[in-house]
Formats: sequence, structure tokens, C-alpha cells
Amino acid sequence: MAQILSPLPGTFYRKPAPDKPAFKSEGETVEVGEAIGLIEVMKSFIEVHADVSGKIVKFIVDNEEPVMAGQPLVEVA
Amino acid sequence: MGFSRLLIANRGEIAVRIQRAARELGMTTIQAHSAADADSLAVKMADEAVNIGPPHAAKSYLNISAILDAAAATGAQAIHPGYGFLSENAAFADAVEAAGLVFVGPEGETIRAMGDKAAARAAARAAGVPVVPGSEGRIADLPTARAAAAEIGYPVMIKASAGGGGRGIRVVETGEGFESAFDQASVEAKAAFGDGGLYLEKFIARARHIEVQVLGDGRDAIHCFERECSLQRRRQKVWEEAPSLALSPRAREALCASAVALASAVNYRGAGTLEYLYDDATGHFYFIEMNTRIQVEHPVTEMVTGIDLVRETLRIAAGAPLAYRQSDVRLNGHAIEARINAEDPADKFRPSPGAVTDYRAPGGPGTRFDTLLYRGCQISPFYDSLIGKLIVWDETRDGALQRMRRALDELIVEGVVTTAQLHHDLAEDETVRKGDFHTRWLEDWLSSRENLAASRRRQA
Repeated sequence: MAQILSPLPGTFYRKPAPDKPAFKSEGETVEVGEAIGLIEVMKSFIEVHADVSGKIVKFIVDNEEPVMAGQPLVEVA
Repeated sequence: MGFSRLLIANRGEIAVRIQRAARELGMTTIQAHSAADADSLAVKMADEAVNIGPPHAAKSYLNISAILDAAAATGAQAIHPGYGFLSENAAFADAVEAAGLVFVGPEGETIRAMGDKAAARAAARAAGVPVVPGSEGRIADLPTARAAAAEIGYPVMIKASAGGGGRGIRVVETGEGFESAFDQASVEAKAAFGDGGLYLEKFIARARHIEVQVLGDGRDAIHCFERECSLQRRRQKVWEEAPSLALSPRAREALCASAVALASAVNYRGAGTLEYLYDDATGHFYFIEMNTRIQVEHPVTEMVTGIDLVRETLRIAAGAPLAYRQSDVRLNGHAIEARINAEDPADKFRPSPGAVTDYRAPGGPGTRFDTLLYRGCQISPFYDSLIGKLIVWDETRDGALQRMRRALDELIVEGVVTTAQLHHDLAEDETVRKGDFHTRWLEDWLSSRENLAASRRRQA
């Protein structure tokens, strides 16, 4: 089991825009380098890219939740 | 109308700035803050503090009912909104007044009228203030827009009626691509502001951003001269000056008189700013919008006029008439402000929140540092990246540039990356020294620096 960590503190978003579908859903596969969400930090939006590939087991952090740097966002198997 | 207990519904350096002015007027300062700002300098400095909710601005600094509850609970008699957040929210201004409190700023009605860009443009025209050639008010549909664009002449800018911060703006160079740009701008405006209304403006390629500070008491209005804010990145101001090098005394007089005409026409109350585009090639200026609040860059005006804008605005809110006649306002020397952000210019201005492990403020003659910093403070990821404003004054612009470099050398901020070195480089740049810039100059300068750095890396 691997985890994708937040690179920065801020607010986690699962969608690229409010009216767009989520980057990834639980059960989908993810490749290294693919975006899995956004972190809003100081009014900037920074994409979070997967550094592992596999199947997304679970989003540990909900949409629009505050996160710390290094906090696990996603579990990948 | 008088009040002695002031609630500050904002954060960061501007909250500190407002407290200083309020203290000098003998007021008690009550700092509203989010959970993330419990240890902020503004909270530490205030007479009293009140928690208004979680870190997210939507749940705290933008939460009207939480702020009104905090005001009631603390016995506040007036609320200062600062800049950003609720400062230009007419419904908030109305709600504050309806609760029997003083809103430090203009009436909700004025905010409403000036906040809609198309309405503000119409008000400017009615007051005889030149506006950028463009559509009169909102554009109903694509065929009307096409016809208007053809009449204005390309290149044109498509802008959101309810807009701000550069969102919902598209530049169209020729008739080709107009339709898709119009649709995109409408969608973006709808998403960002809940209002897809658009209008058109002529696009001026080499324009300076020059703005005029006004002060009004609801009866009389005066100006406090102009600021030049042409150095921008992504339509965010980076470096501001007063006065502008571009204006002749005659042009300055005409520009400032036009600002007073518009402020007077709307019986403006408080501190406000009229933003203009100035076309170097023709010497024409065009009104673009009015900001109905104190601005980030107000200190450069304070330095060249000696007027404490924040204190004067508080006095006016408390019912006093303007303390100055126009003839009392004199322009003296030159001031420059550098915005110090917690961002890394070497890494695409990536935000750099975190703990400040060491800090030393610049000081000495003609040097002012408005900041939220103290040693050990946390720079929060939840708010914008502005951590300080370094403002210098000297008799001449060359002197001010020299002083800016000296003051930047004194500034120490450890633990987070800042834009201080970028300002040092700007202060040494030949084009900046000549003042020969326009609103797109800084982005070109930044990308040429980036290219240079990249080619050096390749060679190494």
C-alpha cells in the first residue's frame, strides 16, 4: 500500500474546477505524473501529481478540506 | 456617529495598519480573526480579539453573520473592512449599517454603483471623465458584440461586468477567434462571479496603470495625487510609486481633476481610488474602474503628501468633515513601495508558507515597513502571500531607488522564500531606473530572465 502526500499545506480539491468532474475516483487506476487533485495555497492552485502508479483505494482527505504539507491524500494499491 | 470601539474585519499587515490609526484616535481595537490567525501580529497588538471561525476565508473573514455576531458580542460600534474580503461587498456595508453600526467606507449604494464596471463607466462618462472606447454597458449577445468590436476597432478586450482580479478577461487581436473568446469569457465570468455579463473595451498595447487617490466626506471630495502601478505580474501589482514619471504637471492636473469630478458626482465618503490607463504615445488617460476602499499601495501616497489616509478615513467615518482642502495637499518628493510576498520567483512564484525562523525589519531615514512579520510567526497557506510592504521616500526618485536597495539589504526573513531579491534586481534595472515601463513590461522582463537562467543551466 502506497500513499500520495500533499506537497504543500493548504486546501485540497478533487476537481480542476467547481463545474468539472473529479480528477480521479476511488477504484480508478493512476499513473506516475497524473494529477489527482489541487492544493490551494495562498490563492494559487497547484496540481498534485501521483509519484506512484496503481489503483486508488481511498481518498483519505475530502474535497475542500485543509491539509498540512506531507499529509497523506490518497491510498494507492 | 462618533465611536470608540472599532472591530477590524481583516487580517495581516492592513489589520496592523488600521489598529495604529485607531489607537492614535484613542479608539479601542477589537481584532476579528480566524482560527489560523490566533497567534498573528494583529491579534497580539489589538486591545481585544474575537475568533470568527475556521481558517477558510469563506467561513471567517467572508462570513457576514459571524462578523456581525462578533461585533455584537464585543460591543463594537464600527467595523473596518480593510481591503479584499468584504471591503467592496455592498450587502455587507448595508448589513453593518442595518445593525446600527458604522461601516468605515462609502455607503452600500456607492459600492454597488461603482462595483459594477459597466455602471461605473456610465457614471464616469456622466461626470465628464474619459473612458476607454468600448461598448456602452453590457453586451446582450454575440452579434451585438461583433458589431461593437468592429466599431471600437481591434484589438479589443472582452471583460466581465462583475469582474476583478483579471478573471473573465480575453484579448482578441482580430475578428478571427472573437466568437470562441466571447463564449469562454462568458463561461469564466459565470463561474467566477455567478454573472456571465460582458462588456468590450479597446485594448491599449503600451499603457501605464496610473491611479488617483481620493478622499471624501460625503459632501466634499479632494485628490491626493496619483500613483503609478505599471509593474504588474498576472494583473497583480508588484511595485508602486508616487508620483508617476510619465505625467507632466498639466496632465497631472487634468487627471486628478477628473477623479475629483467623479468622486464628487457620487458624493463619495471615505478613501477611494480611480484607476486609469495612460497611453504614453498619445498622452490620453482613460478611467477603468474605481476601488471603493483603502488600497494596498496607499502608503506611497501617505509618504509624498504627509496625510495619514487610514486615520483620516476613520475620522470621516466617525462623522468629522474632511480635515484638508485641496490646496492643503502638496506633493513632496518621491516614494516607492515593494510588495514582499512569500513566493519563490526562481520557481514560478510558487507560494512559500511556513514558520519564520528569523526576522529583521529594515529601518532608518525615509523607510517604512508595513508587515505582519515577527520572529517565529507562521505564514498561513490559507490567505494571500503578501507578508510586508517596504516603502521608501526621498527627495528624488534616484534617492528613493538607492534607499530601496539599502533597505532591502537590511531586511532578513528566514524560513520562507520571499520576493525581496527580485525587488533588489528591479531597483538596479536600467529600464526601471529610467521609469520607461508599461503594464506588460514586468512579465516580459521576468520571462527573459527565466530564459537566461535556463540557457545558463544548459551550458553548465
